Amino acid sequence: MSEQKNSPAQGMAGVASRFMKDDNDKFSPLATLTVIILVVGTILTILRFTQGLGAVTNLSDTHPWGMWIGFDLMCGVALAAGGYTTSAACYLFGMKKYHSAVRPAILTAFLGYAVVVVSLLYDVGRPDRLILAYPFIVQQGTTSLLFEVGLCVLLYLTVLFLEFTPIPLEWLGLRKARNIAVKLTLVLTIFGVVLSTLHQSSLGALFLIAPSKLHPLWYSPYLAVFFFVSSIAAGLSMVIFEGTLSHKALHHRMGKEYLEEHPPLVLGYAKAAALVLFGYFMVKVVGITADNNWHLLPTPYGIWFLVELLGFVALPCLLFAVGSRNNDVGLIKFSAVWTIIGIVLNRLNISMIAFNYHLPLEERYVPSWMEIALSIFMVTCLILVFRFIVTRMPVFDEHPDFRETHE
Amino acid sequence: MDDMIHTLQDFMLHTESNTYILMAVYLVCVVGFWMFLTHKDEEQD
Repeated sequence: MSEQKNSPAQGMAGVASRFMKDDNDKFSPLATLTVIILVVGTILTILRFTQGLGAVTNLSDTHPWGMWIGFDLMCGVALAAGGYTTSAACYLFGMKKYHSAVRPAILTAFLGYAVVVVSLLYDVGRPDRLILAYPFIVQQGTTSLLFEVGLCVLLYLTVLFLEFTPIPLEWLGLRKARNIAVKLTLVLTIFGVVLSTLHQSSLGALFLIAPSKLHPLWYSPYLAVFFFVSSIAAGLSMVIFEGTLSHKALHHRMGKEYLEEHPPLVLGYAKAAALVLFGYFMVKVVGITADNNWHLLPTPYGIWFLVELLGFVALPCLLFAVGSRNNDVGLIKFSAVWTIIGIVLNRLNISMIAFNYHLPLEERYVPSWMEIALSIFMVTCLILVFRFIVTRMPVFDEHPDFRETHE
Repeated sequence: MDDMIHTLQDFMLHTESNTYILMAVYLVCVVGFWMFLTHKDEEQD
């Protein structure tokens, strides 16, 4: 073994490289970047939990929710919606042609929600109390929407874990346990759809408590509806986007069924996303009309609102429709990425950009580099775990021993 | 029109009226959008 490989950094890069690429010990730039992110993230994590929020964040009494809530939690929950949309399409609406997409979608949702819970741990602190389920047993805040969101996320993460279990059980060859887990699929799907409907909408409803802080163009009594409807579009787009990325990196791991079903899935999801975005656009316009906020459109915030509404809702809606009509998979994939950016923009607008809009610029919240670095750290961990699982377990392909028993 | 809004009744009448008109337009548009979206499928069938 060379001297280079003996150094700790090289050793860690080798481990990261194995995570990032199968059977490849090469010291790649991507692995180096991953190691840097993991090291910086670990240091900042220690700093946050030993020195408190003030050491790593720019949060204040006027802006107690920052990047970890606006991006990690709100965007994470919306983008993890692919789990319930895909499993509902397959198991509740009988669209069995999307069966091969269920496992990757469930895995993405499960890991996405795990990141949401971890980011909440960073934000709230006191992990000992969360482990003991303190907020649910000792001090229930039953009048708070955040309590409802927390309870739903707790239950839904459990549901996603149970929906995910057939994958590791097949990998481990535990046939009996796997068969029991598979029999629970329908019940878990129904439970998952109910819980997702509840907490996706409640995340929007959280902001109903701050009518004087959130700009009137984004504040609406229909915030809960906006969040729920947009989460469906986010979920559909995320399944298309995640499938595209996986195709590039993990094509060799994909089974025949997945490869055959992927193009029709992209076209079907594009059609659904176009319809959902059309409905979302209309309810947003109804929101402006119901509050009679038309006069706010020719203002700087109004123009920014129009950029979001026309550029990131109406435009991808049209592109999805044209792509689906012309069987243009490239255009659909572009629209999916554009929609995801739009949903992230919407969540950031509501939680940060249009929040406390009346304050002077110097008093506004801007995330510190450490908050951003920790968000990148959490997303990197998600990608590493996703990569670890899909390169080892039957996610994109069927396990040969269970081929005939898949529902 | 905004100058004519003095009471909650005025406000509700104004905004609800606009919303009803918007919903009528929406219902027409959604049929057109659906036809645009599924036109090729029907041709193939």
